[in-house]
Amino acid sequence: MKRWLPLVLFLVLVGFFAKGLFLNPREVPSPFIGRTAPAFTLPVVGNAGAPFSPADMKGKIWMLNIWAPWCVSCRQEHGFLMQLAQSGRIPIVGLNWKDADREAQALLARTGSPYVAVPDDLDGRVGIDYGVTGTPETYIIDRQGIVRLKHVGPIGPDVWQTKFEPTLKELGA
Amino acid sequence: MKPGRIKPALLAILLAVSLSAQARDAAPQAALPSTDDPVIEQRLVNLAEDLRCLVCQNESLAGSRAALAEDLRREIRTQMMAGKNDREVVAYLTERYGDFVLYRPPFKPVTWLLWLGPVLFLGIGGGAWYLTLRRRRDVQAVPLDEKKRAAAAQLLEEK
Repeated sequence: MKRWLPLVLFLVLVGFFAKGLFLNPREVPSPFIGRTAPAFTLPVVGNAGAPFSPADMKGKIWMLNIWAPWCVSCRQEHGFLMQLAQSGRIPIVGLNWKDADREAQALLARTGSPYVAVPDDLDGRVGIDYGVTGTPETYIIDRQGIVRLKHVGPIGPDVWQTKFEPTLKELGA
Repeated sequence: MKPGRIKPALLAILLAVSLSAQARDAAPQAALPSTDDPVIEQRLVNLAEDLRCLVCQNESLAGSRAALAEDLRREIRTQMMAGKNDREVVAYLTERYGDFVLYRPPFKPVTWLLWLGPVLFLGIGGGAWYLTLRRRRDVQAVPLDEKKRAAAAQLLEEK
């Protein structure tokens, strides 16, 4: 038994390191899960007269997608978001993070918009309030305005099925 | 190593250490546009040194040139100018980004093992060391009989 002890300790260490090797360092646990989504009021892209606020979505389960015209992985998920919007599964609000109204407007005109509203967070303050570290990031917010899910990185069919659908089912959507 | 050789080696190490210390101090200042208030700038640098840049995770918030780091420094600066103390600024950040922004994790139940782990391992190691020493003290020397003594002498002879 005593002879095997170093080997056992070594294997335990290897176990820890192997686990650490496959963790995603970008997957920072969000402190917002289960908390009320921070309030904000921002002008909407292409329609400066009508501001958007999360309170407008009360009573609905909705998705807040943080994106930007300069963001490459946002283009990657754009096709899937379009499908999602067409299926009517969930309304998507697209927060335009740190880019000009004009750029976002031009891009959405060219590629089509999956969003029901595009609030314009030019200086990135609202992004900071949501703990955004980069684009794309996506939140599911429930009928009471509480954050239920945060996803970092582009959404595709796989992520949708394994991560988003279970959350939506839990919320009864 | 001969005694004469130690001095240059030591000097080299000291030089390397002092150079790296300078590089560490210089970097953040270069990355920070300063405001009029040197006190706030100094506080900002001191605080941001201990905060993690969320984009390039192994860089401090003070040294990073990422756009988000710049925004966060601007936010910290604004709050400091509004009269908030360091603790309030840190609370503002952890509320949004979690303890992950802190390079010094707080002492709480989840991090007990992290902070107390070294003490724990020192205890285990120390205990094992003590037990081994005690056992060794208890070992009695085995007296050699004539035959073994002769065999030992012969072995020494062969060398």
